[in-house]
Amino acid sequence: MSGARRLAVRAEINGRAVAREVEPRRLLSDFLRHDLGLTGTHVGCEHGVCGACTVLLDGEPVRSCLLLAVQADGHAVETVEALGGEQGALGPLQEAFRRAHALQCGFCTPGILTTITAFLREHAEPTEAEVRRALSGNLCRCTGYQHIVDAVLAAARSRRDG
Amino acid sequence: MKPAPFDYVAPRSLDEVLEVLAERPDDAKVLAGGQSLIPLLNFRLAQPTLLVDVNRLPGLDGVAVASDGELRLGALARQGRLERDPHVAERAPLLAAALPHVAHPQIRNRGTLGGSLAHADPAAELPAVALALDARLRLARRGGERWVAARDFFRGLFATALEPGELLVEVALPPPPPRSGFAFLEVARRHGDYALAGVAAAVTLDERGVCRRARLVLLAVGDAPVDAGVAAAALAGGPLDVERIAEAARHAAESEIDPVGDIHASADFKRHLIRVLAARALAAARLRAEAA
Ligand SMILES: Cc1cc2nc3c(=O)[nH]c(=O)nc-3n(C[C@H](O)[C@H](O)[C@H](O)COP(=O)(O)OP(=O)(O)OC[C@H]3O[C@@H](n4cnc5c(N)ncnc54)[C@H](O)[C@@H]3O)c2cc1C
Ligand code: FES
Ligand code: FES
Repeated sequence: MSGARRLAVRAEINGRAVAREVEPRRLLSDFLRHDLGLTGTHVGCEHGVCGACTVLLDGEPVRSCLLLAVQADGHAVETVEALGGEQGALGPLQEAFRRAHALQCGFCTPGILTTITAFLREHAEPTEAEVRRALSGNLCRCTGYQHIVDAVLAAARSRRDG
Repeated sequence: MKPAPFDYVAPRSLDEVLEVLAERPDDAKVLAGGQSLIPLLNFRLAQPTLLVDVNRLPGLDGVAVASDGELRLGALARQGRLERDPHVAERAPLLAAALPHVAHPQIRNRGTLGGSLAHADPAAELPAVALALDARLRLARRGGERWVAARDFFRGLFATALEPGELLVEVALPPPPPRSGFAFLEVARRHGDYALAGVAAAVTLDERGVCRRARLVLLAVGDAPVDAGVAAAALAGGPLDVERIAEAARHAAESEIDPVGDIHASADFKRHLIRVLAARALAAARLRAEAA
């Protein structure tokens, strides 16, 4: 049906060069999930409210449901899949979440992990208030946030202690 | 939901953008941060046939101080970047105070100053700030440009002075006069949500502490930001004491707005919020002006 031309996307996704053609209306979230099979990025609301789809674009957290895939052309995208450790092990932030019981259903978790990854790069010693502010754009229906805050503070501590 | 199909171009020069907008004035839509437009596309509340992505335009996202002290902000400057900019903090403290209330950090990383002004949501923070600071907006079109004062730019619900084919390219904020103070306050259901009601206040004092000029702009209580000009004008020429501030706030809440209630806040509750927030904002602005 669509008369729209398909357009090239050449991007670095989780450190790997990717080249595809997409319809202009393809959302980055759907590009990641359906075209690349990176289903770690979750889609909750598709209008920017829930934060589940948050990915890093050139290192900054953004909503992948509010970006077109073509807009990622020439840019670097990191998804939750980039945050794991060696051979399927959990990365340090993921491990802190597991230890602190910072997830229940896990739907919100990918967007929180990407958001906090960027946050911890800029805040080596965050206060609890700063952590809560950093989380303000991510909804979690299960945990009540307390354990997420605990996990982030613990991850920041273990980063500092090396 | 998913957007309906559209064509997409991402020009790399302003001339090309203005050319496309001039050729297709009725069906082309500018895509800036996309943080309001893409939700509308996803819900199919908007179905443009051509998106003109301006994110690859160089040079329209700068922050500069002109020789006359005016702060010149590129329309494509991202809200998150402005929030961290030292020139904005120093020369436009009202804007710096309002930015953290605009949505969430992830959204401010994409959303632009110009997009917020062009979208003109009546509950948005930045249009109210632009009005309170007497901003001037530069609108470019093929073969020309014009400057429009903020007070002439906001025309009503999601309506502005932008004509088809025009692009907002720059926002100029005059330097604050000496002994000026500012405050921005709002109430939202959660931090980052659109405001139920909000207030931008600016005051300038003379050497004796008498109010020379006050501005009070209210958001989320009309079709566009409301300039409570009568209440603010009554403050000039006297001290900014508790009684006069309370009287100005009462007048603004009772006589200068006609809010429409919704499921989140009744009209009465909005009036109540405006009265309380206006009084607090004027008092805070006065303290900052005294310290300036
Ligand atoms: C969950 C969520 C919460 C939000 N909360 C708030 C909030 O509390 N307060 C608030 O103010 N905003 C809020 N927003 C909106 C956000 O601030 C948007 O960034 C802003 O309204 C639009 O800016 P944009 O750059 O994203 O513009 P876009 O979405 O790209 O464009 C918006 C409109 O403006 C037009 N346009 C954009 N730039 C120009 C230009 N330079 N010249 C001419 N026309 C142009 C577009 O064609 C479109 O019609 C929220 C958004 C989301 C998703
Ligand atoms: S799916 Fe993108 S914010 Fe909810
Ligand atoms: S763990 Fe279920 S939504 Fe957060």
